[in-house]
Amino acid sequence: MDFNEEQIERYSRHIILPDVGGEGQSKFLNAKILVVGAGGLGSPALFYLAAAGVGEIGIIDDDVVDLSNLQRQIVHFTGDVGRDKTASAAEKLRQLNPDVTFNLYQERLLPDSAQDFVEDYDFVLDGTDNFATKFLVNDACVLTGTPYSHAGILRFQGQAFTYLPDNACLRCIFPEPPDPDSVPSCRQAGVLGVVAGMLGTIQAAETLRFILDHGELLTNRLLMVDAKNMNFRRAEVNRNDNCPVCGKSPAITEPREVDYEEPVCEF
Amino acid sequence: MQITVNGEETELEGEQIKIPELLEKLDVDMPQQVSVELNGEVISRSNFDETSISDGDSVEFLYFMGGG
Repeated sequence: MDFNEEQIERYSRHIILPDVGGEGQSKFLNAKILVVGAGGLGSPALFYLAAAGVGEIGIIDDDVVDLSNLQRQIVHFTGDVGRDKTASAAEKLRQLNPDVTFNLYQERLLPDSAQDFVEDYDFVLDGTDNFATKFLVNDACVLTGTPYSHAGILRFQGQAFTYLPDNACLRCIFPEPPDPDSVPSCRQAGVLGVVAGMLGTIQAAETLRFILDHGELLTNRLLMVDAKNMNFRRAEVNRNDNCPVCGKSPAITEPREVDYEEPVCEF
Repeated sequence: MQITVNGEETELEGEQIKIPELLEKLDVDMPQQVSVELNGEVISRSNFDETSISDGDSVEFLYFMGGG
């Protein structure tokens, strides 16, 4: 791809970086990334993907901006309360980088359409805020062979993990969503806003490194972050023969409503 | 026996211990929700009662985080 003069200047710190270069920057500009959820994780991820010049970014979210979101969902501003999150996010991101094309889906990711959404993109960044949709993203990506980045946050902690086809998936580690009655709701438990920024930024880094095909991703490794003591730790995880979606005799062969109970973790 | 729990060396009495006893002994948070990984393999909840941990084993307690 030929860069115009403005692009050469805008992306100069990438272009001079040996492991990115003009070739890597061209890969960013040709990449197509779906961000599910424009919330705490999605906000910082979207900023960095747009700033990096990812050519086409899909944003799917059915929510509107709430005042209680602003403590961590940094793509939304006070004047956006009540607006659709996809429109609010796209407005800021277009100002940041006019090179990027945005596909906005102001709707919820649902079992019957999830596979169509994810397989239309090179990589999916899961920034959802509830158990049900996180498992739906996993299943849709595994079933369509679409690589994706998982992250989740609670209180002062977060986790991240990257799925590539033929490697461990989320259900290899956590076969079923937790029982809603046994987990404190996130609304009650709270979250330190900046933890969303830390994990969302890690997801953006995974996405960009996937596009570059450079370095080791968090594949077959679950990164656990504890912001109380700034402890970062990784546990090795392996593909599980008993996995309900990618194991030897999977019970889940297509996303079905019954596998995704009502969200218990919205906040 | 000495085992590794979440990356840290841990000394326990006895020669082996079943997973439910280990969860209780270490006072593991939300034992109904935890995924237990023994030497890199996730153990099915239905096999907890029959799975023994012994000297040299590495155990990880992993929790799913749903917030975003």
